[in-house]
Amino acid sequence: MTYSLPLPAIAPTDEVWSVTRLTTSVKRLVEGELMPLWIRGEVVGCKAWSSGHWYFSLRDRSSQVRCCMWSRYAQTAGEPPKDGTEVFVLGKPGIYEAKGEFQLNVTRMLPTAGIGAAQRELERVKELLQRDGLFDLARKRPLPELACAVAVVTSADGAALRDIIHVVGKRWPCCRVVVVSARVQGDGAVHALARALRLVNRIPDIEVCILGRGGGGREDLAAFNAETVCRALAEVRVPTISAVGHETDVSLTDLVADHRAPTPSAAAEMAVADRREVERQLDDLAARLAGGLGSRTRLAAERLARTADRLQGAMASVLRRERHRAERLGGQLDALSPLRILDRGYAVPVGPDGHVLKRRAEFAPGAPFRLRVADGDVPARVEPS
Amino acid sequence: MSIAKDLTRLEEIVRKLEADDVELDAALALFEEGVARLRAARERLGAAEVKVQTVLEEAGGDLRLSDLDG
Repeated sequence: MTYSLPLPAIAPTDEVWSVTRLTTSVKRLVEGELMPLWIRGEVVGCKAWSSGHWYFSLRDRSSQVRCCMWSRYAQTAGEPPKDGTEVFVLGKPGIYEAKGEFQLNVTRMLPTAGIGAAQRELERVKELLQRDGLFDLARKRPLPELACAVAVVTSADGAALRDIIHVVGKRWPCCRVVVVSARVQGDGAVHALARALRLVNRIPDIEVCILGRGGGGREDLAAFNAETVCRALAEVRVPTISAVGHETDVSLTDLVADHRAPTPSAAAEMAVADRREVERQLDDLAARLAGGLGSRTRLAAERLARTADRLQGAMASVLRRERHRAERLGGQLDALSPLRILDRGYAVPVGPDGHVLKRRAEFAPGAPFRLRVADGDVPARVEPS
Repeated sequence: MSIAKDLTRLEEIVRKLEADDVELDAALALFEEGVARLRAARERLGAAEVKVQTVLEEAGGDLRLSDLDG
């Protein structure tokens, strides 16, 4: 937000400001415009009040600024600094309205001397690791989609481990979490972390490795900037996630790991899938499976129907052919019929019992018989001898 | 066999079934396998709670995994 003060009027008019209005406007102007900043300077006249608040000035060659540090911030900074101590402070510029004073509200203070040494070591290690390609993006491995075994290198009694187990338990309870505990700060932390990371490579079936700890002061995170820890992390054979400190802190392990998470909880979320999502995926696959078989059987039914049609067609043509043949045979049969012979003038004698009389012996003198001719029967009798 | 493998195989089965060139008896076999995989994956997902283990290196250098309660 930007506020601008109105242009001054020539003479006192209805636009006369109160002092409060002025200081409030300036306060808004200053505090709205400037975010918290890191400032380097020399401490002068630090007074620690019984309330715990510190008041001091910060100066360089040509300027100085009043600073105040409230007790809750002051208690993280150790002893009050002596005059002339060079420090970095994180502060937000503001106006103390009661006195109309410009001052810096300090939230963190770090002596430059300590920072100097740690910073130089950090830069040294960083350069080495960079030279060896440990930060290369080409090295970064993707996380497995459905990891079922996660190794966690952290302090056995820290909040980081509790957070990770909680998140994994909530999202992906079918997972196995193998804790490889190690000191994460103080003496021996570097050795313990490097050893724990090497141990991860010997645990069977591990799919992801989380290296983590909760937030802490810059000094507390030092082990995560150590060269041996970084190199051991680079040699872990499964994809790694570094989750060190809180979001604002970046350690070298964050740069070496395949992935970086702002917090241990976030690392756990990255490491494992969400059960509900996979269940939805399974439901979808189940539906497609059923649908797939359904369409496959429908296809078979259609083919069967087509086959039946063809079969019927084939049968019909066979039947048609057979019928023609039968008709032709029928014609031939007709031609052979004795009735056709009668048409030509022949006659057939038939006895009273209906059988054809073929021999002389069958004609007894005086016996009646019938003579079949083309258009019917004629009664007849053998002449008496 | 992991859930990942079950899911991959299921995807494969479904794709095959959805293509039209599978014989009916092959399709039935795929379907049966798919149902079994689904069941297996759902069972695996149904685990009640996350299993937490700690690992220790013994004097001889062997690793020992033990379950952590809570």
